[in-house]
Amino acid sequence: MIMDDFILRALLAGLIVMLIAAPMGCMVVWRRMAYFGDTLSHAALLGTALGLMLHIAPWLGVLATGLSISVLLVMLQRKSDISTDTLLGILAHAGLAIGLIMLATLREQGLRVDLMAYLFGDILAVNNQDLAWMLAVVIFSVIALLKMWPSLLSIAVHEELARSEGVAVERMRFFFMLLMVLVVAVAMKIVGVLLITALLIIPAASAQRFAGSPESMALLAFLFGVFSIALGLFASWQWDAPAGPAIVSAAVLLFFVTRVRSPVKM
Amino acid sequence: MTEPATNLLIFASQLCLHLGGRAVLDHVDVQVSAGEIVTLVGPNGSGKTSLIRLLLGLQPADSGSIWRRAGLCVGYMPQRLHVEAVLPLSVKRFLLLAGKVADAELHAVCQRSGIQPLLHKPLQSVSGGEFQRVLLARALLRKPDLLVLDEPAQGVDINGQQQLYQLIASIRTELGCGVLMVSHDLHLVMAATDHVLCLNTHICCTGHPEAVSRHPEYLKLFGGALEGMAVYTHHHDHRHDLHGAIIADGHHNCGHNHDHG
Repeated sequence: MIMDDFILRALLAGLIVMLIAAPMGCMVVWRRMAYFGDTLSHAALLGTALGLMLHIAPWLGVLATGLSISVLLVMLQRKSDISTDTLLGILAHAGLAIGLIMLATLREQGLRVDLMAYLFGDILAVNNQDLAWMLAVVIFSVIALLKMWPSLLSIAVHEELARSEGVAVERMRFFFMLLMVLVVAVAMKIVGVLLITALLIIPAASAQRFAGSPESMALLAFLFGVFSIALGLFASWQWDAPAGPAIVSAAVLLFFVTRVRSPVKM
Repeated sequence: MTEPATNLLIFASQLCLHLGGRAVLDHVDVQVSAGEIVTLVGPNGSGKTSLIRLLLGLQPADSGSIWRRAGLCVGYMPQRLHVEAVLPLSVKRFLLLAGKVADAELHAVCQRSGIQPLLHKPLQSVSGGEFQRVLLARALLRKPDLLVLDEPAQGVDINGQQQLYQLIASIRTELGCGVLMVSHDLHLVMAATDHVLCLNTHICCTGHPEAVSRHPEYLKLFGGALEGMAVYTHHHDHRHDLHGAIIADGHHNCGHNHDHG
């Protein structure tokens, strides 16, 4: 297969994003935060729409919305009897619904809005400028994550034990949310707001059976993720399938394959 | 014997806590000094775990005050610790999460808690009794001034419980740390305890283990259970004498060590 420039750029973008999506995906799986990931990524659609409306960079809108949703979630958790997963569901769909309405309004006003690209990603349209800012955000996020890794791991194992040992749990939780927002911002381009959580948790879930340590699980998740992206891109190229959904389907396929084979821990 | 005030590690007074409209703790006082083992006994739902959570700073009290010695290092052994099966973690890695630990230190602590053979096993594969010792080891790795143990003997058989309490007593002697532990059975921990707080939302009675075990308030709380435990209690009276001797020795040794030093 002769690889065109855009396929190469797409692969590179996938590789860059998985550098942070893999370890963060593991954290999400360990801490049972898949719903939180969904909420943040769905809210990113609202953020993008806000960005377009206010004529600021869409990623700034995503960042602002992500943070606001996180704060709102914490406030609602403190004040209501409704369980967290219900609250997350409410916020996720609120973000999606309001975002869709705003994008529709923008389209009415004559702005060219590619809704499908926001919902399911547009990895084949990644240009060099996109690659540059993705790389910058990912390098920053990976360094931040490495610094927080021991504390986050302690919290994932047992929050109260970590707290009793002096881990600043609240601060870590806030930084973790911040990192999640950044991951959402870069992963949006790859698989779109509807499928970001899939890119986070499916490679991590596939890696789990083969991993003997938290770090090896993150590394394997990275390899599985990159492989899924390559496979998805190939399928997309071969059968003209939408790239984002093809990538997620490839990851799902890989997940079931790992379930069939007997586990060998590394 | 009261410890001199300079050895005080943690001191809480008049702690009150309400959860869901119910009083969980009602004006509770508690203090632990260095080298002292304080045991909290009380029926289920008497507020033992809540009191520990307040002392550890995991939850704010409604009223009352908690004083900790500046720079107090606490080793905490929680009652239940469920680690997600999806998180691959060896026992060794779990222990190292306690902080920066030298290899020799890790070795020594594992030897003492008898968990050396478990180090490379997945955390989720160790049995209940082994897991309690792993948790104790993790608390010890922090070289704590104060050990807080919530039902340390949970899921451990009777022989193992005796060993565990002996281990805790010897740790206290060696490290000179204070120990605050929760137990629902005074007779099992009697030998390894200096001071008992009998808790049922408020402090029912407090003092030396022997005295508390005969206190009318204590008997009122646990009277029903005592009938069925008569044989058991006897068994423990024997053990107790033996233990008493061991602990006296410990104190003795401690004195000697000081002399040498």
